[in-house]
Amino acid sequence: MDVEILARIQFAFTIAFHYIYPPLSIGIGFMLVLFESLYLKTRNKQYESLTRFWIKIFALTFAIGVATGIVMEFEFGTNWATYSRFVGDVFGSPLAAEGLFAFALESAFLGVLLFGWKRVKPWVHLFSTIGVFLGSMFSAVWIVVANSWQQTPAGYHIVGKGMNMRAEITDFWAMVFNPSSVDNVLHVWLGALLSGTFIVLSVHAFYIFKNRHTVMSKKAFKIALVAATVFSLLQFFVGQRSAEGVAKYQPAKLAAFEGHFAADAPADMYIVGYVDNQNQKTTGIKIPGGLSFLINYDFHTPVKGLKSFPIKDRPSQVNAVFQFYHIMIIIGVFLIFLTLFSCFLWWRGKLFSKKWLLIIFIFATILPQISNQVGWFATEMGRQPWVVYGLLRTSDAFSGSVTANQVLFSLILFTVIYLLLFLLFIYMLNKKIMKGPIEEKNKEDNYLPGENTNILINE
Amino acid sequence: MDTFLGLDYPTWWFLVVGGLFIVYAVLDGFDFGAGAWHLFLDEKKERRIALNAIGPVWDGNEVWLVIGGGSLFAGFPVVYATLLSSMYIPFILFFVFIIFRAVSIEFRGKEKMFWWRKSWDISYSVSNIMLAFLLGVVLGNVLQGIPVGNNFLYQGKGFFEFLNLYPLLVGITTLFLFMIHGAFYLILKTEGRLYDRLTFLVKRGIVLFIVAFGITTLYTFIFIPHLLDTFKTYPILFSIPFAAFLSIANIPRLAGKKKYLSAFLFSSLTICLLLILVGIDLYPMLLLSTIGDQYSLSIYNAASSEKTLKIMLTMVAIGAPLVIAYTIFVYRTFRGKVKIDESSY
Repeated sequence: MDVEILARIQFAFTIAFHYIYPPLSIGIGFMLVLFESLYLKTRNKQYESLTRFWIKIFALTFAIGVATGIVMEFEFGTNWATYSRFVGDVFGSPLAAEGLFAFALESAFLGVLLFGWKRVKPWVHLFSTIGVFLGSMFSAVWIVVANSWQQTPAGYHIVGKGMNMRAEITDFWAMVFNPSSVDNVLHVWLGALLSGTFIVLSVHAFYIFKNRHTVMSKKAFKIALVAATVFSLLQFFVGQRSAEGVAKYQPAKLAAFEGHFAADAPADMYIVGYVDNQNQKTTGIKIPGGLSFLINYDFHTPVKGLKSFPIKDRPSQVNAVFQFYHIMIIIGVFLIFLTLFSCFLWWRGKLFSKKWLLIIFIFATILPQISNQVGWFATEMGRQPWVVYGLLRTSDAFSGSVTANQVLFSLILFTVIYLLLFLLFIYMLNKKIMKGPIEEKNKEDNYLPGENTNILINE
Repeated sequence: MDTFLGLDYPTWWFLVVGGLFIVYAVLDGFDFGAGAWHLFLDEKKERRIALNAIGPVWDGNEVWLVIGGGSLFAGFPVVYATLLSSMYIPFILFFVFIIFRAVSIEFRGKEKMFWWRKSWDISYSVSNIMLAFLLGVVLGNVLQGIPVGNNFLYQGKGFFEFLNLYPLLVGITTLFLFMIHGAFYLILKTEGRLYDRLTFLVKRGIVLFIVAFGITTLYTFIFIPHLLDTFKTYPILFSIPFAAFLSIANIPRLAGKKKYLSAFLFSSLTICLLLILVGIDLYPMLLLSTIGDQYSLSIYNAASSEKTLKIMLTMVAIGAPLVIAYTIFVYRTFRGKVKIDESSY
C-alpha cells in the first residue's frame, strides 16, 4: 500500500478511537455539574455519591482522551507535513488557542476535581468541576473550528507557488466564524452531551434493573432523561441547519449523503438504500423530493447532483458516505422517539415499571457513540477528494519524506496499543459500574480521616 | 518588517515558542524524572506515594506540550511539519510512551494483583525514561542539524538514522538531568524512609549527570563547533554558559546541605539556562540542514505571516496569565507532603 492510503487509515483509526473519549468527557462533565450543583443546593448526600461515582468514570475517559489526543495534535506534522505547511498559518492558531484557552483550563482543574474533595471548600470544588466542563466544551469549539475551516475555508488568501504555496490568514474572525463552524460546533456539542447523558441513563437503568442503588438511580435517571430529551430534540434542528449549510457550501458532499446523481433535478430523501456508484444509481425506500424539501422547503426545487461535478472532484466512496449519513439519522430519530416515549411514561407514572424499556436504555448508550463516529466518517469522507475543500487534495497533503514502512510501523503500533487500551477501558468501566457508587450517609459525621505518608511508612 | 519593542515578530514568536518549551521541560521534566526512579523505590508503599506526588499535577504539566506544539504549528508551520516528519520514528515512539505513561498512572492502582501492579510499574518507569531520553534525542538532532533537502524533504536513510552518537549523548544527559530534577521534587513531597532513600539516590544521579554533561559538552566543542559562532560574535553571551556551569555546580552543594527546595530551584534554573543556550546557538535558525545551507529553516523563511504572528501574540498575552493563574492555584491546593486518601491513584 502507498503512503497516502496508510496515512489516511492511520488518521481515521487514531481519530476515531480518540473520539470515543472526549464526547464522553463533555457529556459526563455536564452531568457532574448538574449532580454537584444539586448536592450543594439540597445537601442531599445521594447527589454527593452520584458526583463521586461519576468522577471516577470521568477520570477514566479523560485519561485515555488526553493520551490519545496528544497523538492527534502532532500527527498533522508527522504524517501530513505538506498539509501542515499549506494550512499552518490558518489552521495552527485554533489548535494553539485550544491549548491555551481550553485544555489548560480543563487539565489544571482536573487535579482539583479528582483529588481536591477534602482539600478545598465544596463551592471551590464545584467551581473546579465547572472549569473542567467548560474547558472540554471550549476544546470542542476550537478543534471543530479548525475542522470547519477545512470544510468551508474562509478569511484567508493563497500566496506562493509549488511547495511554497500556502494559505495565509486575512481575517481571523472570518476564519473562526467560517460558514460551517457554528452549526458544526453545536452539532458536535449536542452529540457529545448525548453520549454523556446516555451513559448515565444506561448505568442507572442497569442499577434499577438489578435493584441496586435504586433510590439514587431513579433520581439520576430522571435528570439524565430530561437532559437527553432536550438534547436529542435540539440535535434534530441543528442537524437540519447543518444539512442546509452543506447544501450551500459543499454541494458534492450533500449529493453523496443522499446518493443524488442527476445534475439538475429534485432530490429524494432515502430512509434506507444502497448506492451503486458504478452505474450512478441509488435504490431504496425514499421520500420523493424529500431532500429538496429539507433544503428549500419545496419538494420540486432542483438540487445539484454528483453528475454536475467532474469525477475527480467527487467523493469516491459514495455508498459509504450514504450509509454513514443514514445510520446517523436513523439513530438520531430513534433517540428522539425513545426519550419522548420515556417522558410520556414518566408522566403516566410508569417510567420504571417496564423492564424492557430499562433493557433498551442499558444498551442504548452505544447509539450516540455510533452516531458520533459515523457522522464524522460521513462528513470527512464526503469532503474527499479534498483535505481542504476546493483548495488542497488529500493526495497532495501527506508527508513526502515519510516511507510506507514507517507509516505501517506506526499504524501497527497504534493498532496494538489502542486495542489493549480499549480492552482495559471496557474492563475498568465494567468494574467501576459493578462496584457502584459508595452510598454516603445523610448525616454530617461521616468524615474519613485521610491516611498520611507518615502512618504508611512508619507503621 | 514591523517590529514590536524593537524586535521583529518572528523573533518574538521564537521567544514565545522557546519559553513554552522551557516551561514544559521544567514542569514535565520533574514528572519524567520522578517516574524514571520509580523502579528503584520500594514496591509496597513508596511507589504509590511517589505516583501521587505527581498525581494532581502531571496532566496540567502536559498541557504545556500541547500549547507548545500548537504554537510551533501556528507560528512556524514549516518547522513543525519538517521536524515531525523528519524525526518520524522518535516522535511516534514519544507519543506511544506519552500514552503508556498516562494509562499506567490511571490503571496501576485499580487492581491489587501483584503482576498487575508490577507490569504497570515497569510500563510507567520505562515510559518516563524513554520520554526524557527521546526529548534529548530530538534536541540532539536539532543541534547537530538534519539531512533536509529540496522541498523540505528529509533525505536520511534507514530506520534508525536519528540515533547516532550525538543525539544519544544529549538523550542520556537529558535523562539524568530530569532524574535529579524529579528526585528533588519527590524529596520535597515525601517524608520518612522514602525521603531518606531519595536523598541517597539523588547523589548518584548528580554524579551521572555531571559525567554525561561533561562528555556531551566536550563532544559539542570538538565536533559541532559551529554552535559556538554566535558566542564568538557576541562574547557577552558567554555569561549564559558560565551561569549554567555555576548553576550545575551549585546543585551538589545544595544537596549536600540538604537544602532541597533551593536544589530544586537550581535544577529548574539549569534546565532553563541550558535551553536558553540552545536558543542562542540556533537563533535565527530553527532547523539546520546538513545537506546545504539553502535548505536550512530560519525563523524568517519558516514563519507564518506577520498577521498570524500578531494574532497569536495577542492570544498568548491573554491566555498565558490565565494558565499561570490556574497552575498556581493547583500547586497551592496540593502544596506540602503527599497525603494518601481514598481518591488517590
